[in-house]
Amino acid sequence: MKKWIPWLLVAVVAAWVLSTLHHPPETGFHTRDFGRLPVLLGGRVQPLDSVARNTLLQIRERQSVGGMSATAWLMETMMNPEGADQLDVFRIDNLELLNLLQLPERQKYYSFSQIQPHLDDISRQAQRINNVDDVSRTAFERQLLKLDNALEIYQRLKLSLCPPGTKDFAGQLAAYEQAIPAGVVAAQAREAGKSYDQAALNRLVDFLSSYSDLSKFAYPLVVPPAPDAKSRADWQNMGQSLMNVVHGGEFVPAVKAYAAMATAYDQNQPAAFNQALDDYRQWLGEWFVPESRQGVQEFFFNEFQPFYQAIFIYVAAFLLAIFALLTFALAPNLSETLRRSAFWLVVLGGVIHTFGLVFRMWLEGRPPVTNLYSSAIFIGWGCVILGIVLERVFAVGLGSAVASFAGFITLVIAHNLSMDGDTMEMLRAVLDTNFWLATHVVVVTLGYASTFMAGLLGVTYVLLGLFTPLLRYKSGNLELGKVLTKMAYGIVCFAALFSFTGTVLGGIWADQSWGRFWGWDPKENGALLIVLWNAAILHARWGGLVRDRGLMNMVIFGNIVTSWSWFGVNMLGIGLHSYGFMDAAFWWLLAFVLSQVGLILLGLLPPGLGKSFQNPPQPAGS
Amino acid sequence: MLLERVIRFFTSLRLTVVLLVLSLVLVFAGTLGEVHLGLFKAQTEFFRSFFVYWQPAGARWKIPVFPGGYFLGMALLLNLISAHASRFKFSRAKIGLWIIHAGLILLILGQLATDMFAVESQMHLRQGQMKNYSESDRMDELAVTDLTDKKLETVVAIPERLLAGQGDIRNAQLPFVVRVREFYANSLLTTNAATGFVPANADTGVGPGLWWRQVPRETAMDRRDLPSALVEIVAPQGSLGTWLVSDWLEQPQTFTADGRTYSLQLRLERFYLPFSLRLLQFHHDVYEGTDIPKNFSSQLLLNRPDTGEHREVLIYMNNPLRYDGRTFYQASFDPDNLGTVLQVVKNPGWLTPYLACVLIATGMVVQFLSHLIPFLRKRRTS
Repeated sequence: MKKWIPWLLVAVVAAWVLSTLHHPPETGFHTRDFGRLPVLLGGRVQPLDSVARNTLLQIRERQSVGGMSATAWLMETMMNPEGADQLDVFRIDNLELLNLLQLPERQKYYSFSQIQPHLDDISRQAQRINNVDDVSRTAFERQLLKLDNALEIYQRLKLSLCPPGTKDFAGQLAAYEQAIPAGVVAAQAREAGKSYDQAALNRLVDFLSSYSDLSKFAYPLVVPPAPDAKSRADWQNMGQSLMNVVHGGEFVPAVKAYAAMATAYDQNQPAAFNQALDDYRQWLGEWFVPESRQGVQEFFFNEFQPFYQAIFIYVAAFLLAIFALLTFALAPNLSETLRRSAFWLVVLGGVIHTFGLVFRMWLEGRPPVTNLYSSAIFIGWGCVILGIVLERVFAVGLGSAVASFAGFITLVIAHNLSMDGDTMEMLRAVLDTNFWLATHVVVVTLGYASTFMAGLLGVTYVLLGLFTPLLRYKSGNLELGKVLTKMAYGIVCFAALFSFTGTVLGGIWADQSWGRFWGWDPKENGALLIVLWNAAILHARWGGLVRDRGLMNMVIFGNIVTSWSWFGVNMLGIGLHSYGFMDAAFWWLLAFVLSQVGLILLGLLPPGLGKSFQNPPQPAGS
Repeated sequence: MLLERVIRFFTSLRLTVVLLVLSLVLVFAGTLGEVHLGLFKAQTEFFRSFFVYWQPAGARWKIPVFPGGYFLGMALLLNLISAHASRFKFSRAKIGLWIIHAGLILLILGQLATDMFAVESQMHLRQGQMKNYSESDRMDELAVTDLTDKKLETVVAIPERLLAGQGDIRNAQLPFVVRVREFYANSLLTTNAATGFVPANADTGVGPGLWWRQVPRETAMDRRDLPSALVEIVAPQGSLGTWLVSDWLEQPQTFTADGRTYSLQLRLERFYLPFSLRLLQFHHDVYEGTDIPKNFSSQLLLNRPDTGEHREVLIYMNNPLRYDGRTFYQASFDPDNLGTVLQVVKNPGWLTPYLACVLIATGMVVQFLSHLIPFLRKRRTS
């Protein structure tokens, strides 16, 4: 087979990835520029595009609405709410809930106008459910709470820019500006008990009451602080900023800019919209350089979606690696080409994965793991790196297969964990320390990654041993079965090193922060379990208590131990480390544990039943 | 022969593996236990014990069903030490393992020492308040305070476990006997008759007119027992009366004996410090536009009369005050943000994990390199 085939393949895939970065200039409304505008939400500056995507993930479990980009949807929601109410953005699966809301089944996504008649009902139910213990909530109750939350965010989003029912926001602002002097004079006169202009006062009060709603419910804070303000974190929402004007303040450029955009959007005048947007961006570029940059960079990251791209590359690499293994004995040349293709694809996937990881760290100014979502990304990354190393050492395709599989699975898990909203959320007080996040958390997470990697090698061993004769085949002077055992053993050594070091570092963090090295916190116990299990595997191996097959069964059990520590502990809902109860995840965890038990049982079958362990048929003629 | 077999048993890797697996099961079961029993009780039953017992509800007997933390820790220690003692042979290939295991021994011993000698307590300060003591978070004491000298109060504190034993308690500093007539480890009080309550048979102080009842011990982590006791003070000339003392009663009750004035109070056990802390200000910072906590901090005034030390200190998340062999860290705060709760830890063995870590890390690196280098060399030559 030709040597250049793998290179060609990788070049084509890389070109495809790069091509997704190219966007033709936008005609009509400059949606992407609008998506880059910085706002403050959840305590951090982020582009409107992130607000849009994270909101959609929470209410629709997708980052777009049909063919409409997240930002385009956000523009519609903030500047033409009546239109947005018709869009199908609320995902509802629960049949009981659909029946309660009298909605047609199997539509999957529903619009606000469909749900609107039942808003009171929903909030009444939600109030009751909020008093029910998390653990004893039914699927219906959980879905209803989720919908209630989604509706709240959606309605707040609608009140983030324009007062309700506004058509020409810019025109309204001008009227407000004119109404202020007379209104203030009237108010002061009334205060002093003199005669006053009732009509002027009423005009002003009408404006203020509508802006007061805006100030109470707005979701992102869109108005940056004055350039000379003391704190750069002092952002305001539209309503607050508008109400301040009465107290002798002035209209800040952001307010006027957004108002002009809203009017132009509502009147469908792209040129005017783009002009107002460009003016505002220029003003931001003058006074808010880091904030603007943050917006642009995070927008790029959102649009590039490196982890999403990596998922596809890993799948392709996994399939190639499997074909390489299947053709190992039948067509060695083809197999080698496939193997090399798989390997270089894994490397490409790893490069994109790494790029995403590093870019995220840079955006956040944090070490790689700050929450459950990023731990999944990082565990996947660790597995891929280990797999690449294994493939370099034992060039038989097994390393690539395991690496791509682990990369794929962990990124899918990460994707599902991202549904909770902003994955770059601010860290709670205890966790706000880059030093320990960079040491303890990273090392412990690498311990998880390597224990999973060993487990995956064990699974490969059991499956290949049972269903294929591959483990008997030789690569060089080593049988593949032996190669797998050596890999697993090596990785277990790594896992023991990382999990032990990480756990001890955690103890030192605890001692530094709370004056005690060990507190038997569930998460600490979880980490200890991994250490104990890896130590047990190593000692069993050294003592000759287990051979190849026993070792492989033990490393598969390591998957159970690690998944317990990673997810199971969080479901207990106690201790310092528990970051959120995850009900749906519980069933996944249970399914995973059962699958691993099943694999161990398969591994315990008498060796004679496995295709790799039967006596090889004598080749004809020998 | 027998000795040889015993030695072989204690030094075997098989025993190591069995002990490690048992530890795994224990830690897992203990973690689940923490959900039902609370962190503290589960730790006592699973980890700070030689055996884990099974006790049917309401039964007076219990049977050991599983080795506890102390048992497994010591067995592992024995296994480790005996294996190394019997097989010690100096070789380059093994040196890493030796260092690792020496570190492990130190770690286990250090944790055992921590377990035995470390004392944890809490200090709750309202804004402007000053204290020269911390308090236990769950154990009570009966404080008998001599108030006669206006400048210097002398306290005789009787710990809860002595009260629980009931009977007479004598102390050389007290001219009377404290007779514990009844003690409820967790109790409720009321001012009028209610179901389950009986009149407390006190004849002096606030006790007459109060009703009390015993209630089961608390298992929830965020609540604690509130004990009460019926205490008689018996002077050489006869009984001075019977008092109801309770953690529910905030004010001490006073009486005179032998011409001196004493007060009587059942309160959280106190640990006095040679210095005082005053809370100047508590801060609870949140991220802009959210209620996500960004930082908790307590600004305190430290005052130490015997050295004349007088300075401000700031305690915040991940930054405790280490002073006088104790660590004060930010543990909690009052809902109105006007009070702080500091956890106070005194742990003489705090240094051992650090030393152990250095040893183990060194050992691991040595061991890793001593395998990796020959492996790479072999691959290069092959």
